[in-house]
Amino acid sequence: MVKYILKRLVQLVVVLLGVTFLTFMITQATPSDAAEMKYVSMGMMPSSELLEKTREEMGLNDPVIVQYGRWLGNVLHGDLGESSKFGESVWTQMTKKLPMTLKLAGVSLVVVILVSFPLGILSAVKKNKAADYIIRFLSFFGVSMPNFWLALLLMYLFAVKLGWFKVVSTDSIQGMILPVATLTIPMISSYARQIRAALLEELNANYVVGARARGIPERRIIWGHVLPNAILPIITLLGLSVGHLLGGAAIIETIFSWQGIGNMVVEAIRVRDYPLIQGYVIWMALIYVTVNLIVDIAYRCLDPQIRLRKRVD
Amino acid sequence: MSEETKIRLRKKKSELRKSWFRTAKTEKGKWLRFYCCLAAVAVVLFIAFFGKYFAPYDPLETDYAAKLSAPGGSHLFGTDNVGRDVLSRILYGAGNSFMLTFIMIAIVSVLGTVIGIVSGFFGGFLDTVIMRLTDILLAFPDTVFAIAIVGMMGPGLLNTVIALSFVWWTKYARMARGLASVIRTKDYITEARFGGVGTAGILFRYVLPNIVPQVVIMATLDVGGMMLALAGLSFLGLASQPPTPEWGYMLYEGKSYLQTAPWIMIFAGLAIFVTVIVFNLLGDSLRDILDPKEN
Repeated sequence: MVKYILKRLVQLVVVLLGVTFLTFMITQATPSDAAEMKYVSMGMMPSSELLEKTREEMGLNDPVIVQYGRWLGNVLHGDLGESSKFGESVWTQMTKKLPMTLKLAGVSLVVVILVSFPLGILSAVKKNKAADYIIRFLSFFGVSMPNFWLALLLMYLFAVKLGWFKVVSTDSIQGMILPVATLTIPMISSYARQIRAALLEELNANYVVGARARGIPERRIIWGHVLPNAILPIITLLGLSVGHLLGGAAIIETIFSWQGIGNMVVEAIRVRDYPLIQGYVIWMALIYVTVNLIVDIAYRCLDPQIRLRKRVD
Repeated sequence: MSEETKIRLRKKKSELRKSWFRTAKTEKGKWLRFYCCLAAVAVVLFIAFFGKYFAPYDPLETDYAAKLSAPGGSHLFGTDNVGRDVLSRILYGAGNSFMLTFIMIAIVSVLGTVIGIVSGFFGGFLDTVIMRLTDILLAFPDTVFAIAIVGMMGPGLLNTVIALSFVWWTKYARMARGLASVIRTKDYITEARFGGVGTAGILFRYVLPNIVPQVVIMATLDVGGMMLALAGLSFLGLASQPPTPEWGYMLYEGKSYLQTAPWIMIFAGLAIFVTVIVFNLLGDSLRDILDPKEN
């Protein structure tokens, strides 16, 4: 296990290096010139001699790989450069905005778990009854709904028509309801269906027939045997969708003016604030890769089939 | 995510997904469902490519006297902030949205499949490099990566196409690689070699035909997702340039008029929604029919 974790950590470092390199190279390939940008943001039109001198000072004439090394060194010290839009270091911006995004994603994840499990279980237990049909029908729409459209519809209905919420979200429980609803409805729909399918598959297993034959109450079969077996892959998938939550948040945050990093990066893109965009990419990569690693390790610890190195397939 | 866990999860996920919509148990029911979905897609495609001939107005024609008028009367879906007819814009926009989606799907499926086949069939160092590259790319949620790339290269349609291609080809490459590396070891390949068929001949006559059906299923399933990805980017104002009617961008415009003219965003979103549903249903039923595991 230790060996496995070490191996994964090495992989993680390689992936992160790759991501930083790609990030750096794409920024390099952009037509804009950092030296020129510096003067333009100060409201000056520099002469070509001055530009050349500044380029030399900023090290822009060095070979790309040297520049990458220097940049990476700074990144490792937490120095991601300065945001031209906000006039603050990228680090300050990130530490200010990241908690908001994490809060939104965290609350959404909890809501997804709390709602999708009861719905999925209900749907499976009441298979082909009215409740099952209603859940399946609604979740079908939930899955196919573009999240940005859902956001606008919810906003129109609850903020404009009914006036229950403000159009611009605030950092309060009331302000979170609409963004969280938008993020969770598609996920709840998708997970309710997957939980239902996983449970039904498990209910067909031989041990369930055996348990029924021995007269064990249905309730105990479901809660004691079927659920623990069916749930593991779902938990893992849920862990993986943390990344999806963080990524999808960009659009939702923009719509609801939620002051997280997704909203920040869209703003940054509009004004071509490259250090900020780079900071965003690196942070997202870091979070996503780390979450994947944790999920993966947890999966190996929890699943007896992997833990005991017995493979079914 | 280690390879082993990944494959297990992916299998689990696709097994679970498959039972989402599946209600038809019999072979006949499956085909009936497939034809229904195909008909629905045909209707949507017809509207997409010929709809503009039925458009009541010019999608770019402004009419300030009738701006922000509600649906009904002479403007069935209402008008926008400069008095352009929303229905006409949706009908014209359909062509643009679909064209772009299909071009994107064509780019990523061909690119991914070719890279995947080369990687899987020849193996070796190239294979390792390509697979590590897909590892890096797959280590990201695709929206984040696409946003980041467009962000770094600057907004615009071409950059959006590049960004999405960069993110989406990996899926096809993975699948094609997996299939190609299995096909490589088959007896008929060895026999073809003994029979004097060259490498190019083997690739085109034996490897490719075995991979294409899977690519087609994947591509059909991806139409909805790709349309959403494109719409999402243009919704953020990163892809499409005004005044070209395009559904995602119409939603973006409609957002500003949420309070005074909600119909802009309602109808533009509805168009995307219906398209995505229809294509997802077709993809699902196609998989039901063609999935070799089922037969």
